[in-house]
Amino acid sequence: MKKVLLSTVIVLIGLSFISRLSYLQLIRSSSDHILDDPAIKRVYDYPERGYIYDRNGKLLVANQPAYDVMVIPREVQPLDTLEFCELLNISPDHFRNRLQKARTYSPRLPSVLVPQLSKEDYARLQEKMRKYQGFYIEKRSLRDYKTPAGANVLGYISEVSEWDLKQNPYYELGELTGRTGIEKQYEEVLRGRKGVKLIQKDRFNRDIGPYKGGSLDTLPQPGTEIHITLDKALQEYGERLMHGKRGGIVAIEPATGEILAMISGPTYDPDLLVGRQRSQNYSKLHYDTIAKPTWDRSILAEPSPGSPFKTLQALAALQEGVITPNTTFRCYNGFFVGNKKRGCHCGGGIRTMNSGIYRSCNAYFAGTFRKFFEKYETTDQAMDVWEKHMRSFGLGDYLGYDLPTGRPGRIPGKEYYDRVYGDGRWVSSFIISNSIGQGEVAATPIQLANMTAAIANRGYFYTPHLIRQIGNQPINDPNYTERKNTSIDPRHFEPVIEGMKDVYEKGTAKWIQIPGVEIAGKTGTVENFTRIEGERVQLTDHSLFVAFAPVDKPKIALAVYIEHGYYGARYAGHIASLLIEKYLKGEITRKDLEQRMLEKTLEHEYAKPYSGEEFKINEYVW
Amino acid sequence: MFGRGALRRLDWTSALLYLVLVTLGWISIYSSTFDPEAASLLDPGQRYGKQLIFILISLGMIVVIMALEANFYERFSSLFYVIGLGLLLGLFVFGKTIAGATSWYDLGFFNLQPSELAKTTTALALAKYLSDIQTDIRKLRHQAYAILIFLAPAILIIPQPDPGSALVFFALIFVLFREGLPLWYLALGLLAVTIFICTLIFGTVWIGIGMALVIGLIYMLKKQSYRIPLLPVLGLYAVTLVFSLSVNFVFDNVFEQRHRDRFSLWLRLEKDPEKLEEIRKTIGYNTYQSEKAIESGGLKGKGFLEGTRTKGDFVPEQDTDYIFTTIGEEWGFYGTTTVVLLFTLLLLRLVHLAERQKNPFSRMYGYGVISILLIHYFINIGMVIGLLPTIGIPLPFFSYGGSGLLGFTILLFIFLRLDANRLNEWG
Repeated sequence: MKKVLLSTVIVLIGLSFISRLSYLQLIRSSSDHILDDPAIKRVYDYPERGYIYDRNGKLLVANQPAYDVMVIPREVQPLDTLEFCELLNISPDHFRNRLQKARTYSPRLPSVLVPQLSKEDYARLQEKMRKYQGFYIEKRSLRDYKTPAGANVLGYISEVSEWDLKQNPYYELGELTGRTGIEKQYEEVLRGRKGVKLIQKDRFNRDIGPYKGGSLDTLPQPGTEIHITLDKALQEYGERLMHGKRGGIVAIEPATGEILAMISGPTYDPDLLVGRQRSQNYSKLHYDTIAKPTWDRSILAEPSPGSPFKTLQALAALQEGVITPNTTFRCYNGFFVGNKKRGCHCGGGIRTMNSGIYRSCNAYFAGTFRKFFEKYETTDQAMDVWEKHMRSFGLGDYLGYDLPTGRPGRIPGKEYYDRVYGDGRWVSSFIISNSIGQGEVAATPIQLANMTAAIANRGYFYTPHLIRQIGNQPINDPNYTERKNTSIDPRHFEPVIEGMKDVYEKGTAKWIQIPGVEIAGKTGTVENFTRIEGERVQLTDHSLFVAFAPVDKPKIALAVYIEHGYYGARYAGHIASLLIEKYLKGEITRKDLEQRMLEKTLEHEYAKPYSGEEFKINEYVW
Repeated sequence: MFGRGALRRLDWTSALLYLVLVTLGWISIYSSTFDPEAASLLDPGQRYGKQLIFILISLGMIVVIMALEANFYERFSSLFYVIGLGLLLGLFVFGKTIAGATSWYDLGFFNLQPSELAKTTTALALAKYLSDIQTDIRKLRHQAYAILIFLAPAILIIPQPDPGSALVFFALIFVLFREGLPLWYLALGLLAVTIFICTLIFGTVWIGIGMALVIGLIYMLKKQSYRIPLLPVLGLYAVTLVFSLSVNFVFDNVFEQRHRDRFSLWLRLEKDPEKLEEIRKTIGYNTYQSEKAIESGGLKGKGFLEGTRTKGDFVPEQDTDYIFTTIGEEWGFYGTTTVVLLFTLLLLRLVHLAERQKNPFSRMYGYGVISILLIHYFINIGMVIGLLPTIGIPLPFFSYGGSGLLGFTILLFIFLRLDANRLNEWG
């Protein structure tokens, strides 16, 4: 017993050590990763965010330095608080508050005391900073907008949120990321890649040299500049024309699908979302739930396409051979669905396709639609063919342009009506409103512009896009460089385009003529309903105009959508004509018209439904 | 020459294990005090340089020890013991204070820590006394003398203050057990420790209830014919309760807060997460950091000189008492188990050597050596991996420190010298 006692003890100790070590090193082991090792500090080197240029190389977005006053609470020495606060332009209470917050967050890690000083404040503060132990100024890079326009397209950047951090491990607290628009879509291109230095720390949090001799450190990769397809002058001009009006405008170069302008009204100066006032301004914009300035109407609004949709009906009917350009219908100042009469403003009489288009005759297209459906045995079959033709113009689904938001619009198919009315319990007369762009169809302004571009091209389009060049590389993304054909033969386009030309020359849009420019267009006056206290109320019609010019070699195709603008030619038409003139000629000859459009607002229309009083719609106020 | 024969008969297994441990120790010191700017391994301005010099001195010392005649150590053991005590006493007058403890003599080129040498001299003296033909370990008076031999240096060391080193001397009680001290002393001691710990964890009331249940169970299960006298059992029960109560009293009234904190840290008595966090930052900082560093090594470790926590000096005293964490972080589970196995092998080998001695003095000294090495190894690693409370004593052959290395070398090799001589003895 006494001889083996010590040996037993030795073995027992060995065993208990090894089991404890297994527990520590095998079971509980949390191998230090560089990310959570307390002995390794990461220091980042942020590259400058890439600039954004317009299609002509004009600078749209650059960077400006901003200066954050940082504090490390542990290192703060007693100071003259009053003097310091005066320098920083904050109240002593605010100062104490922020300091306490910083201390709660961490006594030894830096926190932001005052964010984004102006250059002047910085200059004033810089030389006196040494006096204040524990405080220092950190330079950051903010966006500097060289245009007051395009806020909706360009988007903005802001600090990453907790949610972003969880989604993408690349980001660290306090970094900036693109929130909307181009800034979000091309975030990774624009931001580049931050460099990281790993620093070995000791337990007092002091640096004692690079980790692994700096072998794991990386250099920052600068952000790449991009050129987008917008035309700065056109965009700015369009936004000025939208003054006091709500709606969306999209202009596309038909030959490439490049978006020349993308305007939403009301809009805001992108500069509002930069700097110290950012969050205040953002709240103001975000909580304006009536005018919704942050809601990009050019890609999110989904009005009925109205009369411009008639051009597509003509094309589909020609393609299916149910009419020829010479087919006529009689208009009885309207047309009958069953024994209910629907109105028409064309003046009545015999209509050919040409006059049906330029006078925007409802009866003509209702008749065409009826013939289209009569060609097939069942409504279902006809519906499928019709839907296929409509969708081939990029309607009824997301277009696939390079912005992070969008809407699909709607081309109702048989599934839609089966769901609404019950399986097979609907016939073509239920859906005849679609033939004149009312009813269930809906399209965003960018879809309408794209549809117009497809007509301008006589049968094909390129997916609209904003990116033109990344760094020095022009884009070669097949999504944007491959032509998408519609289901209509090119030969059917000429008679329809002829009708659209007559719209401008002698039809519903003859008021907007530009000397020396040939335009093909189509007006739209879209009925517009809303609910006020649960009751369906009709409001003043939306004004719509699609056009391309010149007719033979189209350089611009656009869709203008003005909420409550009444007749298509009135607001939308005039604004479209000014934009076309601006883009094609570079200057405006019709100064009176320009002046009127810049000054006129529709605020009185927008206020009507909120006034709580009786109001009239579609008044002639011009 | 006698010495050459002694070297030939040296137990090379033990010597080799010693060399491996010292080498591993030096590598760990090198890693934990590594400074990329210092060039030379022998740079005396660096701790690893200094330690390397002491390793070389130790190797020289081994040659000297082996060269001397074996009975030299037995013959002069009493004198060595007296010199050892004298050196400890002299500290009260000439001692140099480092980090609050007056444990060193300043010899200019290095600081001598006499308590390290006293371990050897005490082991020799104890062996000498016990091997005396007139000593009878079964007699209470002789037991008391024997205990006094290692109690004396311990008492001199406590006020330095260096309670850790003082504790080491109590390990020599194993020598007495080997030589016939009744084992129920040990049983009693273990019982006392168990009650002490259980009182702190569960409280006196539960100990009372628990013991009553156990005794009741034994009475119910025993054979009818087998009779256990009731009175001594009740007496034991009463003594236990009184002891347990006195533990409470001592813990609350005699111990200082820092002692209480150490125990509550060791026994995980604190459950409140906020206070735990507080303990981690203060009294428990060392233990927390050393456990974390060892954990972070995982199975394979981070590699030589790659321990980030080691480099960052997150573990205090890492080149001395907490040297084992360097192994844990840089060499992982492979490294730590290797070290544990090496110590286990060396100690078992020494037990084997001790048992084969014909000369009782050699055997008893051998047991002294084993006891002292064992308690260092047990307390040091136990503390570093969080099994034992924080008691600051070095890990033999590993920890930085000249006196320590030299002391352990002398301690071990005197025994190996005695072992090499065993064939010449006819005990």
